[in-house]
Amino acid sequence: MPTRIPLHRGIWISSLLVLLCLFAVTRVSAEGSETVSFEAALIDLSDPSFAVKQAAVDVIAASGDPRAAALLQALAAGQLYVRDADRALVLVSPSAGDYRLRDALDGSELGEASRREVKKIAINNRMRTQLRTAIAALTLASPDPAVRLRAAQQMLGDPNPLVIQAIRDQLEEEENRQVRDYLTLSLALADLQDPATEIRLRGIDRLSGSLYPAARNGLNRLLSAETDPEVRDAAERARTHIERMRSLNEAAETLFFGLSLGSVLVLAAIGLAITFGVMGVINMAHGELIMIGAYTTYLVQQAMPHWIDYSLFVAIPAAFIVAGLMGILIERTVIRFLYGRPLETLLATFGISLILQQLVRTTISAQNVAVQNPSWMSGSLQINPALALTYSRLYILIFALLVFFALLVILKRTALGLQVRAVAQNRAMARSMGVRSGRVDALTFGLGAGVAGVAGVALSQLTNVGPNMGQAYIIDSFMVVVFGGVGNLWGTLVAGLTLGVANKLMEPWAGAVLAKILVLVFIILFIQKRPRGLFPQRGRAADG
Amino acid sequence: MSKPNPIKTTLLSAACAVALMALTPAQSAEPPIKVGVLHSLSGTMAISETTLKDTVLMLVEEQNKKGGLLGRPLEAVVVDPASDWPLFAEKARELLTQDKVDVVFGCWTSVSRKSVLPVFEELNGLLFYPVQYEGEESSKNVFYTGAAPNQQAIPAVDYLKDELGIERWVLAGTDYVYPRTTNRILEAYLKQNGVADEDIMIDYTPFGHSDWQSIVARIKRFGSEGKKTAVVSTINGDANVPFYKELANQGVTADDIPVVAFSVGEEELSGIDTKPLVGHLAAWNYFMSVDDPNNAEFIETWHGFIKNDKRVTNDPMEAHKIGFDLWVQAVEKAGTTDTDAVQAAIIGLETQNLTGGTARMLPNHHITKPVLIGEIQEDGQFAVVWQTDEEVPGDAWSDYLEGSKDLIADWTPPIMCGNFNTVTQTCLGSEAE
Repeated sequence: MPTRIPLHRGIWISSLLVLLCLFAVTRVSAEGSETVSFEAALIDLSDPSFAVKQAAVDVIAASGDPRAAALLQALAAGQLYVRDADRALVLVSPSAGDYRLRDALDGSELGEASRREVKKIAINNRMRTQLRTAIAALTLASPDPAVRLRAAQQMLGDPNPLVIQAIRDQLEEEENRQVRDYLTLSLALADLQDPATEIRLRGIDRLSGSLYPAARNGLNRLLSAETDPEVRDAAERARTHIERMRSLNEAAETLFFGLSLGSVLVLAAIGLAITFGVMGVINMAHGELIMIGAYTTYLVQQAMPHWIDYSLFVAIPAAFIVAGLMGILIERTVIRFLYGRPLETLLATFGISLILQQLVRTTISAQNVAVQNPSWMSGSLQINPALALTYSRLYILIFALLVFFALLVILKRTALGLQVRAVAQNRAMARSMGVRSGRVDALTFGLGAGVAGVAGVALSQLTNVGPNMGQAYIIDSFMVVVFGGVGNLWGTLVAGLTLGVANKLMEPWAGAVLAKILVLVFIILFIQKRPRGLFPQRGRAADG
Repeated sequence: MSKPNPIKTTLLSAACAVALMALTPAQSAEPPIKVGVLHSLSGTMAISETTLKDTVLMLVEEQNKKGGLLGRPLEAVVVDPASDWPLFAEKARELLTQDKVDVVFGCWTSVSRKSVLPVFEELNGLLFYPVQYEGEESSKNVFYTGAAPNQQAIPAVDYLKDELGIERWVLAGTDYVYPRTTNRILEAYLKQNGVADEDIMIDYTPFGHSDWQSIVARIKRFGSEGKKTAVVSTINGDANVPFYKELANQGVTADDIPVVAFSVGEEELSGIDTKPLVGHLAAWNYFMSVDDPNNAEFIETWHGFIKNDKRVTNDPMEAHKIGFDLWVQAVEKAGTTDTDAVQAAIIGLETQNLTGGTARMLPNHHITKPVLIGEIQEDGQFAVVWQTDEEVPGDAWSDYLEGSKDLIADWTPPIMCGNFNTVTQTCLGSEAE
């Protein structure tokens, strides 16, 4: 800019210019809109045609009206409604029953209205993209760093010189590191298109080591057209460097995916590690106990619809109790008559699994039910631009480890644990020492079932909750327990995580279907070689 | 209890007698026309198919209210093939030989249809199949009221290509016959339209796949290489829920990488938290949200029948409604429920679509359908963003595959063949599979 004008005003003017430019570009689609005022555009917003609405958004964005940004944000967020009575635009805050209305322009309260009196202004993907660009331009100088970040991300790679100028101005006073990163990246990308060699080299230098996909794409674009050998050479080097860094991050990501899949396997299997591993009961209804835990989560969420964020903390103990009691019931009524008769146990528990499935079908619904994710389970933790860990997976990984260690403590450090191990190793001896083996059996089975229920809470966050969901986990669970070594909790942990990582390592080149098959084949071969799994139990108990 | 009033009692029994007399002759003279319903009511497919069973029951009830068909009442015979493909064939045989039904409405998955096909051909039955499928088939005994690939997949790809400017394509599907064939057709179609090999990524997953982390990460990388990318999803059933959740968690939104699905409809959306899906697309021939008087009436009838006004309607339900209407008209036109007479009569008949326009039964046993693209909204409904100008006739044999592009199906004389080669002028018969 030739004359130095106060900085923030400079930004204001340049963003206005940006908008005017946007406006000019899109004017073709919005015929005659130059005569349309801000007020008229507001009316057009409630038009059913997407084309008319798009034109109206352009007008509003370019109007320079201070209310434009808030209005467009409300539209993008789906909060902008039109009142049928007077076609006034209103903001609606979601609530049960009736809607609370506020004026879309000045924010004044307009009281309540029923759902039928207002109509939501629908938007489509094109409008979402258009809105994001418009909002970015309007909010790059916002006081909120999160808003600025979104704006900066949206403007990334935009070659428009006016946009570049706006970015340059913002960069001078930007303090937030992440926003600075994006703004610098945008400038570096702009450098790549500069006719001067040294500026292009400066751009390459700035991009080197950046993990943003835009950086690599910028270099690729440059390489496809560049003729200067010096620039080509620098760009090649920068690209190789970026590719190496990205592949390191990809490896880390694959490892995380594997551990996360493994943690799901561990969670699903750990209850079985107790009922099958410690007690030797082939419990085919294990998957259904997981399902009961998941349905408990659903019912808890139905009971507290306004407290979804806290629902899991209620659901975990609730699922433990419900599934645990169900386990005790199964043990007392069926399994205790069948100890030492594995084939009959297998058939009886398979029957129980069918009964439980049908019970859910008839009492709740044959359809899947919707379990919501609390807000803190959504989204991902951005480690760097090439590596993000999804929160749901991260929490479930941590949760699986917590459950594992809690169980380990119960089995190794408590009186119940001691009795459980005693009964498992030598029932007659334990009884003669005064252990009430019947009670211990019931409690052990209840513990295993309760843990399955807790696993159900975690799985409800990742997958479908329906009557059949248990069947998807029963095979995997047995696989993990057998692979890890029957009767060994550590074995279950190691086996689950190993299988998860192995599966994810193979998936990129073998595909999901083949990876699963290969893992199964591997386990079959492994069990041929070592029938007692990774960590076989030693001693007399193992031979019994 | 008070003493029975003698006059009242006499009057009542007289009324009963009259009513009985009025009913009995009609019933004994005219045996009911039997409508077989072959949909899974248990097992994995129960989620989708139970609704279709209820739809047929509703259509039968409505027809009976109008006085039945040819002066005879309709009677539905429901069997449960339990999502077990060989059992479909057994149950189909049971319907045709023991119950002696006049027509069957049924099947969902392609594998179940392939399993009953020989039974219907052997026993010369009639099957109305209501679900979108991969094409490459036309049987004398089957009427395909769902979409063929050219009525769903190809227009959806056209929409992405022309309206959204998509240049890179992820074809993601569940590993079975429908996604594999559809993706083969789409791949051929895209390549004929100048899309390079490296801009197409094909990925298959098992049924009920729930761990989408690495696939979504790959899609994200594939889409971050500078070209606008879209996912064409033939992912089936409930595997969709974790897929969309993972997309949302990894920050892939509908305006970065839109997903257009061929198997996600209102019914599937009613069981899930729709927030992560908003803005993604689906291609169907019917949406519940379409504002049309026929559709409003259908939804009202459905809510009245099922006694729950929260239940949704979906595309295969409309297909059954259309198939049922066409069959009723054909029986009336033929004056009999005889298979061969109905087959001859039904070709060329027309009925109203629920979304406007008409459905006409074509000589290849497919129908004409409008194609609609809808965006998923927060309430689990679709907002129509694009639709074809007119109905698209269903094409049994894809024009984009080697070996099938020369084939046509025509069940009118003189051709009378499901796979007629227009180049050699021969009917391949059962050889072409």
